[in-house]
Amino acid sequence: MNKEIGTIERRKERLDRGIKVRTEGIYAISSLEEVSYLVLPRLILIIGLLLLPAIIPSLYWKRVISITCIYALLALGFDFLANFVGLVSLGGAFYIGVGGYMAAILNKSMGLSPILTIPIATLFGAIICTLLLLPALPLRGVYFAIVTLMYPLAIARIIEALNILGGTDGILGVAGFPTRWIEQYIIILIIIFALFGLRRLVNEDIGLVFRGVKDNDQAVRASGLSITLYKSIAVFIASGLGSLGGAYLSHIYMWSGISQFALDFSIIPIAATVIGGGGTLVGPLLGCFFLVPISEFLRAFGTLRIVFYSIILLTFIMFRSEGIMVYAQRKYHQFERWVKV
Amino acid sequence: MDILIYGIVNSFSLALMAIGFTLVYGISRLPNFAHGALYVITGFGVWWFIHQLHLNYVLSILFALILMGLIGAGIYRFVLIRVRGMATSEIIATYALGLAILEFLRWRGFKGMTYTLPVFIEGSIHIAGVPIDLQRIMVIAIGIVVVSFMWLFTHYNKTGLALRGMAQDEHAAMMLGIDSDRMAIIAMAIGSILAGLSAIVLLPLGNIVVEAGYNVLILSIAVCIVGGLGSWVGAILAAFMIGFVQILTVRYIQSHFHMVVALLAIILTLILRPSGLFGRQKELEERV
Repeated sequence: MNKEIGTIERRKERLDRGIKVRTEGIYAISSLEEVSYLVLPRLILIIGLLLLPAIIPSLYWKRVISITCIYALLALGFDFLANFVGLVSLGGAFYIGVGGYMAAILNKSMGLSPILTIPIATLFGAIICTLLLLPALPLRGVYFAIVTLMYPLAIARIIEALNILGGTDGILGVAGFPTRWIEQYIIILIIIFALFGLRRLVNEDIGLVFRGVKDNDQAVRASGLSITLYKSIAVFIASGLGSLGGAYLSHIYMWSGISQFALDFSIIPIAATVIGGGGTLVGPLLGCFFLVPISEFLRAFGTLRIVFYSIILLTFIMFRSEGIMVYAQRKYHQFERWVKV
Repeated sequence: MDILIYGIVNSFSLALMAIGFTLVYGISRLPNFAHGALYVITGFGVWWFIHQLHLNYVLSILFALILMGLIGAGIYRFVLIRVRGMATSEIIATYALGLAILEFLRWRGFKGMTYTLPVFIEGSIHIAGVPIDLQRIMVIAIGIVVVSFMWLFTHYNKTGLALRGMAQDEHAAMMLGIDSDRMAIIAMAIGSILAGLSAIVLLPLGNIVVEAGYNVLILSIAVCIVGGLGSWVGAILAAFMIGFVQILTVRYIQSHFHMVVALLAIILTLILRPSGLFGRQKELEERV
């Protein structure tokens, strides 16, 4: 950009925009400009999500939206656990599988309707996942990541080996949703609610403790708070989101099977988080809306799509590990200029 | 009797598969989750050298191993070096790479019964009334040679000692003049060559299939973690434990449980004793 770059020592200075500083306090409501500075990005996201089913014409792509939303739920849970609580959970498939099977069993053997099975599967799926992960909670970093990666694999093989829960065929004939519109709008409302709910949560007092667990767990312990309790609350929330997605998935496909424990559900949310920008919560959601449709486009190429998103993931983690949303937020809130050193 | 013999063979296969991974992750603390992919690539590489370029078997093996060394060094030089120090990113990056390689091979249609490697020596012998083919004897022999060579290498060779030093305390190692990037490149190259070597020894016993890549990765992680990071004795003992338990479950319960054993071993070890049965390193960093 500048030919003298080699000779003059300079650095990029980043300063918060005036409007950002003003909108942080009570003056946020002082003028229309400031109100829109705060509200517009959120409004665009919400309206965009709500319009999505209406503007997508084909039935096939409408289905893709629902699936994307399920991935988005997982990605939100992953981002929340990884960047706010410090637990890297590679086991998204575990949550999906537990929720999915539970909804299918409730629906098939007890004859409950989706209105009941989904909340029950969410609650009890989260409880089961939390209980199973409870012994692994004291583990740090990589060790927790490897355990959670192994859980879905192990459970899928056990189901296959014992031939329980329908074995390799899975559970067929689960009830579907009455119409496509209901199917899509419920999940879209759920992700909007989950997104803003989580954002509120991490800024409450409990969010402060979560971040304490991530950054300095001994300080949390010294404050007389139980690390394991807070970690299990966080896992309960994240696995609840995953189980909800799984239960929804079973009702969308009217089927539940071992492929719900497949690695796809563990990897795409991670890739979406890396691409979208970890720690923003919005980023992973947008990452899903970017990644899953592309992956659907490439479905004709078979497993090449896995190659494709692995390479995207690799590129982002190597060269742009901050992700799209972190970058966008920086541009939105700050201006940059070169200054001489 | 056959349980004993096949248990030993199975244990040595596990030890061979895992030794590359253990060297890289257990000794140098670089996770190479593309290990399984390298294993499968070697198989296809040798096959391709033999059937497409019409080289002879020994030469193909040699070229494939050299290629593996270069790929391993390349993975560090171009991928891992950028995310070094961030454990989770390291795992995700190498895992993504392995996934890309394996799924690419699957897409190209490398599957089915057509891809096999020739055995080293034809024929079989009877040991205590149990028939066993010579390739399986070779597995044991090569396993012993490789394991003892690697043990000597990491205990009596400067480069090998430097690798261990890096895992134990990277800053102290750097102060003593050990170039940590160079060591990591060497570790990755050796680890990849060992992955290739195990593929060459083990693949003639069956077909080359892409799924093997995932299984090899899981088994290697199992051996490495059960045995404990930084412990050679542990890794070998873990290979024997998992190897025999696998053979026993296949014999007395069901063959489907083959992989479940390894997966449960990983989960249980990490939960109960994350530093492994024989690991002594860095226990404080593993748990709260």
